[in-house]
Amino acid sequence: MEMVHLKINNIPVEAPKGTKIIEAAKLIGIDIPHLCYHPDQRVKARCRLCSVQVAGKKKLLASCSTEVWEGMEVFTDTQVVRDAQVGILQLIMADHGGNCLTCSRNGTCELQALCTRFNVLDPHLPNVNKKRQAVNTNPSIVRDPSKCIKCGRCIRACKDVQGIEAITFANRSDKIIVTTPFDIPMEKTDCTLCGQCSLVCPTGAIVEKDDTQLVLDALQDPEKHVVVQIAPSVRVSIGDAFGLEPGAIVTGQMVTALKMLGFDKVFDTNFGADLTIMEEGAEFIHRVQNGGVLPMMTSCSPGWINFIEKHYPELLPHLSSAKSPMSMFGAIAKTYYPKITGVPVDKIFTVSVMPCTAKKFEASRPEMGRDGRQDVDAVLTSRELIKLIKYVGLNLKNLPESDFDSPLGTSTGAAAIFGKTGGVMEAALRTVYEKLTGNDLPELEYKPVSLDKPASYPQLNQVRPNVREASFELGGRTFRIAVVHTLLAARLMMEKVKNGTANYDFIEIMACPGGCIGGGGQPIGTTNAKRDERIKALEKIDKDLPLHKSHENPDIQKLYKDYLGEPLGEMAHKLLHTHYRKVCLMYEFH
Amino acid sequence: MSSEVRFITKNFGKYNPDSIDSYISIGGFSALKKAVKMDGEDIASVIAAAKVKGRGGAAYDMGRKWSQARAVKGEHKLVICNADEGETCTFKDRELIKNDPFNLIEGMIIGAYTVQARDGYIYMREEYRHLRPRLLSAIKQAEEKGFLGDNILGVKGFNFRLHLYSGAGAYVCGEGTALIRSIEGKAGRPRMKPPFIKVSGAFALPTCINNVESFSIVPHLLLDDSNVYTNCGNGESIGTKLVSVGGNVRKPGVYEVPFGTTVREIIFGLAEGIPGGRRLRLVQFGGASGKVSDERILDTPYTYDDLKAAGVDVGTGSLLVIDDRTSVIDFLRYTQAFFSHESCGQCTPCREGNLHMKLLLDKLAAGEAHPCDIEKMKKIANIMTLTSLCGLGEAAQNALLSAMKIFPEVFAVGGAH
Repeated sequence: MEMVHLKINNIPVEAPKGTKIIEAAKLIGIDIPHLCYHPDQRVKARCRLCSVQVAGKKKLLASCSTEVWEGMEVFTDTQVVRDAQVGILQLIMADHGGNCLTCSRNGTCELQALCTRFNVLDPHLPNVNKKRQAVNTNPSIVRDPSKCIKCGRCIRACKDVQGIEAITFANRSDKIIVTTPFDIPMEKTDCTLCGQCSLVCPTGAIVEKDDTQLVLDALQDPEKHVVVQIAPSVRVSIGDAFGLEPGAIVTGQMVTALKMLGFDKVFDTNFGADLTIMEEGAEFIHRVQNGGVLPMMTSCSPGWINFIEKHYPELLPHLSSAKSPMSMFGAIAKTYYPKITGVPVDKIFTVSVMPCTAKKFEASRPEMGRDGRQDVDAVLTSRELIKLIKYVGLNLKNLPESDFDSPLGTSTGAAAIFGKTGGVMEAALRTVYEKLTGNDLPELEYKPVSLDKPASYPQLNQVRPNVREASFELGGRTFRIAVVHTLLAARLMMEKVKNGTANYDFIEIMACPGGCIGGGGQPIGTTNAKRDERIKALEKIDKDLPLHKSHENPDIQKLYKDYLGEPLGEMAHKLLHTHYRKVCLMYEFH
Repeated sequence: MSSEVRFITKNFGKYNPDSIDSYISIGGFSALKKAVKMDGEDIASVIAAAKVKGRGGAAYDMGRKWSQARAVKGEHKLVICNADEGETCTFKDRELIKNDPFNLIEGMIIGAYTVQARDGYIYMREEYRHLRPRLLSAIKQAEEKGFLGDNILGVKGFNFRLHLYSGAGAYVCGEGTALIRSIEGKAGRPRMKPPFIKVSGAFALPTCINNVESFSIVPHLLLDDSNVYTNCGNGESIGTKLVSVGGNVRKPGVYEVPFGTTVREIIFGLAEGIPGGRRLRLVQFGGASGKVSDERILDTPYTYDDLKAAGVDVGTGSLLVIDDRTSVIDFLRYTQAFFSHESCGQCTPCREGNLHMKLLLDKLAAGEAHPCDIEKMKKIANIMTLTSLCGLGEAAQNALLSAMKIFPEVFAVGGAH
């Protein structure tokens, strides 16, 4: 690697050729202020906050877009640079319509943090914010244009990570806004509600729909029996919000916090994940043995489901009809659970904690319920859970560990890895292989697959290869499988399926980069580096658990024996499977 | 006193601009015929020797630009003619396209030969839509005659096609990267550099962009055996220049002057001065992004160096004359409103800065400004100049900052904060 030598504030720095000034400054511990820059995104150079002085240059240079050169002399902290930094922040503040105290990003806002850091005082400029109304038309995502600083991170996440382009800039000058085509509600566009935009927004301009009050109210209601389930990935993603290392495993502390919050029962979505494997595994075997539609595709990622319903409805028969772990759990919590506990179903209030904004939409689907009741009454994102825990004055760091409640709290390692890309595939195959051969699944060797990508998309610094494939022998037949994450990769894979060149039997698809651990509802500050730590943590949980195959879960076995009957049986079909439909976009004028 | 010359405009009125035969009959395309017998590097040298500077506004050494563009490696290269001409009071390119379209095309073909480009684009502002039929017809006729197409003039492998593209009216599309995005069918917003246009321009191909006037000089220069052009002007300002004179003058229009003509000769000679016995308030040089001066500039020779020393720039070659009916503040408010309207909105300093400058000028005009408001203006202007993404934000406050020097009394407001 060719190295370049430069000086930053007179300190010698050595950095690989091609490094941007902002990255080179990190090497010596200098955090150059920035808003549009994001370590996982391509350069935008819009906010200009990272401008620095370079010897010999009349203008300041944007450190996010300027590559270092041999002999370069950079100054990040001169009076000229400080004046520019403070001046730009003041200009942004004069066009900011938010009120920090009532903003859901209070405390996690990057603009707020920078104004604190630079002691930005009242600029005595008139506030020129257009005070556009917040748009709150779907269960997942709220957009508040008055808080938007036009950095473009959301647009990059939507286009470069997901390949969706549901939002972009419209208009120009001070009238520029981030909006949808023709300003129609997000859910009516190509948007899948994956929430990756909300994960990268530096301010509160795109946030999850906040349901914390709904849950707080339910917890205070003596008439309600409040049950909570927690998705596999949340236990490895929220620790750093409490000062722990990225990827810290906080399962037990989280359970303690939820119990202290007043939940009547703290259960585990991992139980639902084991259940999903029982059904999805059986469905796969059934399809293989009966000439069903292959490749079968997984169905647990709601962003992915929204995507295929909107963009590839002709491929819906490929989707497993198995509900997601969350929705399976919800169905069991509103049927089996009242039966075994005697708690009347009308008193049960089910909460799920998910790494995902699209789960809020999934829970609101009419097919995810029965007798006029939804199976899941409230969905909280990881971010909202952090807020709840802090609301009652707790810090995970200081809490002892507790166990999940029984019986819907027992799970295997197969369920734990649902939270990472490739995990559902691995979990399903462990069960399928053993059911058919009586043996353990051999270790699969995945190879990255490169799909034709539009030239305009950069190769992103993704946490793992976006598409991987593997094969194994079973009963004299070679099975080929593929694992896909991000919707951009999903789109490319669907094109392959459509044109008949995807020679696979089973495809796992997760909407978000890295799988659920990188979900759109995860804590603010999620980066690819953190995603990687979380994946490792889930693999450790799997390793440390005594059971690794879903069908070995004793409480799952009991559930089938006492209530459901057989996988794919009548009762299972009624409670645990669903159907999909083509969704017309508003601007497709048929 | 009038000192107009005809070099770049020598074909005006000499032929029927809708007929290639008419153009050929006055010697059209003989420069191209001469060019294809030359080495491209030598053509660039001729331009460099005449010290031709880009006529779009940035005044970059044109011979050097062509030489650099020629050196860039690439199977498929482009030349683009920037006919966006969006700077206020600038309309010389319109006259060149209207009166001498074939000369522009010939200049572009020579450019393509020099830099080894396969395709060319004329990016013409939407407001010149009435000139589209003329240019399209000219391109078609040039194709029919074999001046565009494959193996032009029998030179094997010299293939060049020309395309006309109309902008949608944004001022910022005159900026190279925004222009390129517009041609690509994207919203016309500038992008950061690098990559530089010469390496990765339109459709990520190596691209050489020049102004209409720049291309139009080339055929005349190649045939200028008696050094008519280089005998004009002096120092760094050689040759002739088209100036657009507008505003409060009796005879607004485009005039070709040798470098060195005084500003007074242009305004009071060629354009016949200010009507109605009114006095000169100010002159803005080079478009909305240009600097201003007052009568103290009148005896300055119109050259790059002399104007610069006097605090203004040639820019696009326009002179906007404002008489004493318009106050300095109202003029600046108009200019600032223009930039606030035309900013693309991408980068913070330009998007927010222009708006606040406009509001502060409104405050000043209303007599409500405090000294701290003047300081704020200077501060914001400074941040815009230092940190804006493109030239628009960098130059938007040129008029204001120069006016602060020329008319300090206008900004001398009293009172405490």
